[in-house]
Amino acid sequence: MNHPASTVTTIARPQTHTLESAEQYAIEARNLSIYYGDFRAVKDVNLQIQKQKITAIIGPSGCGKSTMLRSFNRMNELVPTAWAEGEVLYHGQNLYAPDVDPVEVRRRIGMVFQKPNPFPKSIYENIAWGARINGFKGNMDDLVEESLRDAALWDEVHDKLDQSGLSLSGGQQQRLCIARAISIKPDIILMDEPASALDPIATLKIEELMRELVQNYTIIVVTHNMQQAARVSDFTAFFTMDEDRAGYLKEFGPTEQIFTNPKDKVTEDYITGRFG
Amino acid sequence: MTRETLDRRIRHLLDEILLLDSMVEQSISASVVALKSRDMEAARRVYAGDQQINSRRFALENETMVVLATQQPIMAHDLRLLASILEITGELERIGDYGKGIAKIALILGDQPPVKPLIDIPRMAAIGVEMLHKAISAFVSGDADAARAIPVMDDQVDQLYNDVYHELVQIMIQDPRTIDRANYLMWAAHNLERMADRVTNICERTIYLVTGELKEVQPTDDEFLARHP
Repeated sequence: MNHPASTVTTIARPQTHTLESAEQYAIEARNLSIYYGDFRAVKDVNLQIQKQKITAIIGPSGCGKSTMLRSFNRMNELVPTAWAEGEVLYHGQNLYAPDVDPVEVRRRIGMVFQKPNPFPKSIYENIAWGARINGFKGNMDDLVEESLRDAALWDEVHDKLDQSGLSLSGGQQQRLCIARAISIKPDIILMDEPASALDPIATLKIEELMRELVQNYTIIVVTHNMQQAARVSDFTAFFTMDEDRAGYLKEFGPTEQIFTNPKDKVTEDYITGRFG
Repeated sequence: MTRETLDRRIRHLLDEILLLDSMVEQSISASVVALKSRDMEAARRVYAGDQQINSRRFALENETMVVLATQQPIMAHDLRLLASILEITGELERIGDYGKGIAKIALILGDQPPVKPLIDIPRMAAIGVEMLHKAISAFVSGDADAARAIPVMDDQVDQLYNDVYHELVQIMIQDPRTIDRANYLMWAAHNLERMADRVTNICERTIYLVTGELKEVQPTDDEFLARHP
């Protein structure tokens, strides 16, 4: 059992997130189990996330998709009873080691949530605030523009940067949250149902944006929308539940293979809508 | 534009169709040249090259299935396009088989004495290849009017086939020693006649793609049925 620790260490940082590294994977779960008190929500997961690819986590409700996603940046620890067994390796380091600072982990491994959650501040400040508290010393205007451009939002908001982020449409708010996440240059972006609160067109825009972003970032996305996983991801991890209700990884592979020729009958039944 | 990934993948599928088509056109043209010039080496190349056409077809078919499964183009024009691509890849592969078949005939006939100078069979091939080229261009550019104009050329191919048929029957009657060789030439001509029919099928897919209407471009010939009660 590993608990959050009081001592802090620095995580080895890659030279740049666009360069090929000797390490094959962006992040890797090894024999990872996650508990809420006595309840094991996710058990014995071994999952290797490829760099600069989109990995989708799919599966029926309650199979531990979101728990698994949150384990990649220790977000589960915000739930008081949550604890983990096993390892999550990031640049060769176990993120659950006692001396790792979870705040630093979350800076490198950002998160975009299901419901857009911009700060009740201006569009500009939504980007600038996070950068400022992370010690950004460069030209803030440039950073705001670059982040909004990368999130495919600049053209729609460049003339109203002082307006509240909450004045935007749902899809725009979500892209603002993505802009905020990438403004601090993370390695990995975790997305938890990033389009489930959006209309179909806004959803497709987010999906196309994800395909753009993956040229520079590693993305892990949880979605209950199988079609979205098929459209957007390079790899798919299918989770299901055991009799004891613990979620586990049933099948993992290239998305094309999972959706045209899954190896496991349970996966096939799920993706063809016969169960789940 | 919100479906750039799908559009990019469709563009790639169409590029692959063009590539497969050029291989098939080459197979037909080269096989007939080999037959006419009795070039065994060229015939062998066409015969062996059919394998590449087949594997390209499987790759294209597989890629189309992946796009269907992952991008879900299950509506309207997108759906008709993907379904038509699956159909057309099959037609192209079969036309490639006709090229292989003619190359095989060239190899079988080898350096046996020629039955007759080959004039109409190369003409059939030239028209067939032109029809195919136009049909694939019409499909890729989504031009239904162009597709409707192509099957008319099939009449020329049918006419040439009839001419070849009657000429070869005459030769066989006059000299039964030619039956074996003349029969092989009949098969070569038949392959080209079938090729033009398959090009017509491709044109039907283009019309379907654009209009959503699935119907024969060249309806059944009632006059023929009247002559064969």
